[in-house]
Amino acid sequence: MKQKSIAVVGAAETTKMGRIPDLSVIGLHADAALNAMKDAGLKPSDIDGVATAGASPTELAHYLGITPTYADGTSVGGCSFMLHVRHAAAAINEGLCRTVLITHGESGRSRVGVGGRFGGGGGSSLNGQFEMPYGPSGPPTMFTIPVLRYLKTYNLSVEDLAWVSVIQREWAAKNPRASFRDPITVDDVLNSPMIAWPFRMLMCCLVTDGGGALILTSADRARDFPQKPVYVLGTGESVETQMVSQMEDFTSSKAFRVSGKKAFAEAGIKHSDVDHLMIYDAFAHLPLYGLEDLGFCKPGEAAAFVKERNTAIGGKLPLNTNGGGLSYMHSGMYGMYALQESVRQMRGIAPAQVPGAKISVCHGVGGMFAASGTIVFSNEKS
Amino acid sequence: MPQRMLPEPTPETRHFWEGCAAGELRLQRCAHCAGKSYFPPRPFCPGCGSREVESYKASGKGVLWSYVINMRPRPDMGTEPYAIAVVQLAEGPRMMTNIVNCPQTPEALQLDMPLKVSFSKQNDTITLPLFEPA
Ligand SMILES: [Zn+2]
Repeated sequence: MKQKSIAVVGAAETTKMGRIPDLSVIGLHADAALNAMKDAGLKPSDIDGVATAGASPTELAHYLGITPTYADGTSVGGCSFMLHVRHAAAAINEGLCRTVLITHGESGRSRVGVGGRFGGGGGSSLNGQFEMPYGPSGPPTMFTIPVLRYLKTYNLSVEDLAWVSVIQREWAAKNPRASFRDPITVDDVLNSPMIAWPFRMLMCCLVTDGGGALILTSADRARDFPQKPVYVLGTGESVETQMVSQMEDFTSSKAFRVSGKKAFAEAGIKHSDVDHLMIYDAFAHLPLYGLEDLGFCKPGEAAAFVKERNTAIGGKLPLNTNGGGLSYMHSGMYGMYALQESVRQMRGIAPAQVPGAKISVCHGVGGMFAASGTIVFSNEKS
Repeated sequence: MPQRMLPEPTPETRHFWEGCAAGELRLQRCAHCAGKSYFPPRPFCPGCGSREVESYKASGKGVLWSYVINMRPRPDMGTEPYAIAVVQLAEGPRMMTNIVNCPQTPEALQLDMPLKVSFSKQNDTITLPLFEPA
């Protein structure tokens, strides 16, 4: 920590105290947040970092109308906010964001709106009130909701989605650890069982078991370790909304755009510098949104880019070279496996190694377009 | 069939659910942001943070913005495939809903088709704002 480099400029509690039957948990967070913003003379649009425990930072940011480049959901009990201050100090010093809002709200006595944690649970959460009553049953019926609008906007067909699955299976075929390795055709995809129109089974990720872990240290120490170091060149993150129905644009993810732009700017790279790309593919449309929102393709052009084999073996932008969530594995929070493949590619040991790859971009999604994180790796120190 | 999963209103959203029960689709708008409407309900404007907001009766009109057809119905939703839709309301906000009085097929459910609200009473407290072809 750099001493006295960071200051508190706004602080406030909820308007009322003691017994507050007219505000739910998220409402208490927001009431305190609005009071702190008033104290500091700031509007929601002036805040670019959020940290909270109890509520999800995604829910908080969307409720308040904040588009953050820093989101901290560290939840370790009553001292979470001390950790948030510490993390915020590091984040501001590192340039991840400029102004962090840390909130707390608990309806400990009145128990109003309790149980909606992380947006998915209780009937009083915003998802519980305004999405769950209409029958979504998990990611295949939620992550997929924007897609018909995307296809119509760019005059694309379901076949265009199928190509994503076909080309990723080609990568999986080179990977002995991939769950599915047999080649598939567009017809195979379009004839697989319908899950949620327009999505068929082969456009949806696997459900498997597994795990992963990473260890980081300073670049100065890294040379003393047995493995080839993989350097972090740039990072980005953002959150948009925990309710897929409230995405600002059904043809593009704001969280992807904000996260990707920040990561490229930090890394100081151009798109043509990228040798290898991972885009979290829970469903076949995600690589298309990712290619466009990260700026590799213009809006509406990613499907043709994939179909023309630019992301396939031998193409100019190898994408999801482990086979992805569609063919390699997907245990639920696939981002860890995307990172593992980027590290393998940068070490030069991937089963489908991209020859001479020096820069890898690894882009993840959380929830249903709710959150995003982007890491740019390099295997060269300078 | 299990009881349908229903919303549990909170103090900040109760006006919306009371509106549905009274046959009104209620949105909120901000006095400062040129009367911009927003949804879901909250006691301040997500555009500027102002607490000077009001709820009003919306037209109940919109168009079909996007959807999926769930081929594996959730047990509380019956046994037939159904569309989970998002409607673009005339006033600006979008909301998730179901489309009723219409076959649940890609042929019948065309994007941008005009829709109007159709209230579906679930119990004494909860009436869901569903939509039907206008
Ligand atoms: Zn406003």
